[in-house]
Amino acid sequence: MAKITYHAHDNKTYTIDVQNGLTVMEGAIQNDIPGIDADCGGGMSCATCHVYVKEQWLDKLPAKEDGEEDMLDMAFEPKKNSRLSCQLIVSDELDGLEVNIPSKQG
Amino acid sequence: MNKTDVLIIGAGPTGLFCAHQLGIIGLSCEIVDNLDKAGGQCIELYPDKPIYDIPAVPECTGEELTNNLLKQIKPFNIKFHLNERVEELKKNQNRWHVKTSAGVEFDVAAIVIAGGVGSFEPRKFPVKECEKFEGNSLFYSIKDKSIFKDKTISIFGGGDSALDWAIELSKTSKVNLIHRRDGFSGAEASAQKVKELNEKGKLNLYTKYQINSVLGDKNIETVKIKHDDGEIKEIKSDYVLGFFGLIMQLGPILDWGLNIDKKTVQVNTENFETNVSGIFAIGDICSYPGKLKLILSGFHEGALAARGCFKYAKPDEKLRFEFTTTSKAAQERLGIKK
Repeated sequence: MAKITYHAHDNKTYTIDVQNGLTVMEGAIQNDIPGIDADCGGGMSCATCHVYVKEQWLDKLPAKEDGEEDMLDMAFEPKKNSRLSCQLIVSDELDGLEVNIPSKQG
Repeated sequence: MNKTDVLIIGAGPTGLFCAHQLGIIGLSCEIVDNLDKAGGQCIELYPDKPIYDIPAVPECTGEELTNNLLKQIKPFNIKFHLNERVEELKKNQNRWHVKTSAGVEFDVAAIVIAGGVGSFEPRKFPVKECEKFEGNSLFYSIKDKSIFKDKTISIFGGGDSALDWAIELSKTSKVNLIHRRDGFSGAEASAQKVKELNEKGKLNLYTKYQINSVLGDKNIETVKIKHDDGEIKEIKSDYVLGFFGLIMQLGPILDWGLNIDKKTVQVNTENFETNVSGIFAIGDICSYPGKLKLILSGFHEGALAARGCFKYAKPDEKLRFEFTTTSKAAQERLGIKK
C-alpha cells in the first residue's frame, strides 16, 4: 500500500491509498480523479495518462521502458518529469509519491 | 440514401465481428469509420504488437487479427464508409436516419456503436493561438503538398509522419524539424536520413525544443520555439505542421441522449442495448458491471447485439437459434457450396 497524492489541474488535491500492484493510473481511475483519461486502458499506446512527477521522485521511480519515451512525444506538453502513470506500478517504495496532472490529455 | 438493416459505427475488431454475426442471422449492415482503414485501435495503435488472448489464437498481431476478421466477413460483401464520422442522428418513425461527415445518409432499423474510445482525431498543439491558423497555414495532415513548394515549413514531432514529411518536403522547401528530445520514435533509417540532411544543410534540425507561440496576421509568419533550458528562438515560417499522432474523441455520440459515464455508454447485458431503443453499444465504448475491455468480450457483446437488432430489422419474424455447423441458411449466407 502506498499513499499517492494527485494534484489535479483545478488545484484540487487527492491523496489516496493505492494497493500495491495497481498502477498510479488505476489509482486515479478507480477513485474518479479527473484529468487522467487512460484511453487505451494501460497499454502504453495512447499517452492520455500522462503525469508530471514531483522532482524528488524522478530517480526513485522504475526507469522508463522502451516505448514510454516514444509515447510521451505524443503527450500534451511533455516535460522532463513527464511519465505515463500506467507504467508506474505501486509498491511500498512509492509511498508518498506526488504527481501533477496536466491541464489536458490531448 | 443507403437503406440497410443495421449501421455499425466503428470498424475495429468488435464492429467487424458484429457484422459477421449480423450476416449469419441474415441481416444486412454497413460500417462507418473515421479512419482510412478497418481495424480500429488494432491497426492504428498496435498493428505490429502481439496479442495473446484471442481464444484459440495463441498469438497474433493487431494487423493479422484485422485481416482475419475481414476475411471472415468477406462472404457478406459489407460496404465500408471510411474516412467518415457519423454526425447526425434522427428518429424516423420506427427507423433511424443517420448522416455522416461526408454527407452520406443512411436509413436503418438499428445502430450498433462499436466506437472504441471514440473516433481518432489528430492531436493538436497545446498553444492556443494555433487554432486561429488551423487550415490556412497550420496543418495536422497534408492533403496537397504542392502548396509548400519554395516555402519555409516548420515541422513538429518525432514519429514517422514528422520524419517522412521532413525528408520529402526538404526536396522542394526550406524545412525546420523541431522535436522535444534527441531520440526519435520514427524509423531509425529515417532519423539517420534527417540527421544527414541537417549536416548537409538541407534542413534544420532543432532538438530539445518545443513550440512556444506562433505569430502572424492572417497567416503564420514566425514561430517561437523554446529549448529545455528556457532559451527561446524565433524562426520564420510560412507553414507549421504538427504530427503528434491521434487521440480518440467521443464526438457527436455525446449528443444522442445516451446514458454516458466516463466516456462510455451504459448498456444492459442481455442484448447490449443502450437506454435508447434500437441503439446498441459494444466493445470498449460500452459499460456494465464487470465490463472487461478485452477483444474477446467485444466479440461476445457483438453476437448478442446482432440478435438484439433482429426484432427492429424484421419485426414480423422470429429469430431461431442455429449453429453455423449445421444451419443450412447460415451456410448459404456464408456462400458455402457442398
